[in-house]
Amino acid sequence: MTDIWQRLPTRGKILCLVLLAAAIAAPLVADRYLLSVLILVFYFAYLGQAWNLLMGFAGQLSLGHALYLGLGAYTATALWTLFGIGPWIGVFVAIPVAAAAGMVVGWLGWRFAIEGVYFALLTIAFAEFTRIGFDHLQITGASAGMFLSVNSPGSDKWWNLGGGPLLYYYLAFILAAAATLLVARLRRSPLGYRWLAVREDPEAARAAGIDIFRAKMIAMLISAGMTAVGGVFYGFYYRNLFPSQVFDIGRSIEIIMAPIIGGLGTVFGPVVGAVLLTPLGESLTALMQHFGVNTPGAKSIFYGLTLMVIITLQPSGVWPWLARKLGLDNRPRP
Amino acid sequence: MTEHKTESNTGHNTALLAVAGISKRFRGLAAVSHVSFEVRPGEIFAVIGPNGAGKTTLFNMIAGAFAPDEGSITFAGERIEGLRSDQIARRGIGRTFQLVRPFPALTVEDNVIIGALMQTKTVHDAEKIARDILARLDLLDKRAQIASSLTLPDRKRLEVARALATGPRLLLLDEVMAGLRPTETDRIVATLRDLNRDGVTILLIEHVMRAVTALASRILVLHHGAAIAEGDPEHVLRDPAVVESYLGAESL
Repeated sequence: MTDIWQRLPTRGKILCLVLLAAAIAAPLVADRYLLSVLILVFYFAYLGQAWNLLMGFAGQLSLGHALYLGLGAYTATALWTLFGIGPWIGVFVAIPVAAAAGMVVGWLGWRFAIEGVYFALLTIAFAEFTRIGFDHLQITGASAGMFLSVNSPGSDKWWNLGGGPLLYYYLAFILAAAATLLVARLRRSPLGYRWLAVREDPEAARAAGIDIFRAKMIAMLISAGMTAVGGVFYGFYYRNLFPSQVFDIGRSIEIIMAPIIGGLGTVFGPVVGAVLLTPLGESLTALMQHFGVNTPGAKSIFYGLTLMVIITLQPSGVWPWLARKLGLDNRPRP
Repeated sequence: MTEHKTESNTGHNTALLAVAGISKRFRGLAAVSHVSFEVRPGEIFAVIGPNGAGKTTLFNMIAGAFAPDEGSITFAGERIEGLRSDQIARRGIGRTFQLVRPFPALTVEDNVIIGALMQTKTVHDAEKIARDILARLDLLDKRAQIASSLTLPDRKRLEVARALATGPRLLLLDEVMAGLRPTETDRIVATLRDLNRDGVTILLIEHVMRAVTALASRILVLHHGAAIAEGDPEHVLRDPAVVESYLGAESL
């Protein structure tokens, strides 16, 4: 921990502290709407970190992270509505459930040398047929969905995640901050180095003694487990769950936007991407509502365009460029 | 039956690496057939031969890229044929690739740290090992550069550095001098001789005869996948079969 801190240049430390203070103080000045946007920023930063671990570091493209999100959400929500087991315990069931699903996907793909685009297709397939499965699972309401009671005044309880926006705001903030810290630590760990080696050149990684199957499986385990925590958050924040929404490919795409735009394989990329993208997307929604336009898929088109612009201007993402501009990269330039 | 035969052939416990009667066929084409040789601890052993003689195939079998169709490979008394390349690397065989493959987007230092993490558990120690090795290979000044931005000679040195960082007992070098200028060749020859003096056994495939004669204590010559000569350089390089098939009659 201290090691990561020491590596930051001085102005990086100052910027970090200022931003952290601003995030903690934000609810004092932000109205309900702004707070809801900020919750989404942290939520996407958190999920972006989880996905980036697998793609940005270990180099494995998953387009089906909605699977782990959905499993996490359904597991914790079902435990609460059916058995009265609260989310703080439920999350520790949700993590292994999603991680086990990740193991199955990873094992099937990597044991049988399904790589790259074909692996991505496999991840989509798993998310899709899990969606179909939940569409017919009566105990969780099948396609009619599952609902948590809407927060009534006075139910402001942290222990069953039944609180107001403030609770979710700080929860999302803590998740995003903790994930960023975890990723920064992993990046400088032996495991992190192994992931980079696997991403860069699997054959050369093997020659350096790395069991690449194992390295990829660990990345999947952590990534899926983290995504499941995001799923628990999703379930209790939105308080309704439909298979067609939570397992949708649109969810998977939504998760990967922030890290791609912010910078794949960087520690701060997912955060920067979420900070840039989420408010833009929400503004678009608000504008469309204001002018009474209702075009389905407008947000997807917007995401697509943003992606095209970023890939054209800064193929490695906004953060590497921003870090250079701000003088925050401590790596000497050749 | 062949099992038995190869066992008795490799009975010498003096060899660090014993290759006994290995063969590899690709769609009926015999890339390597019944090749046997031994590398003793502390020596520099060279495998030479014209293009397509099966040198890299032989190398890939030792390093575990693929398993031989027949024959055995014994390293430090343990049979290793058919093991995965990462398992072989962990047993103490480091390798370079003929077409260099450093981790392109990583810095020179990170490349070597990854190698060093095979012999140590902490990044801190790996950094120390990496610095030492980078200094030895004259890459310390370039440690913060991105590997893909290096010149070819430097990438070749980086390839050696990464393999060396794993702390191998046997270093497999696949044409590390190819494409280098004579001065660069001499530089890397000096480095390799230095490493060898410190106890690293080296098995190299090489086309640059200047380097082979400068380094190798023994040479194996491959032609059409078969060994046609083996022995000390002076002897082997005068062998009429070698001259005819590889060096060319005019070099006499």
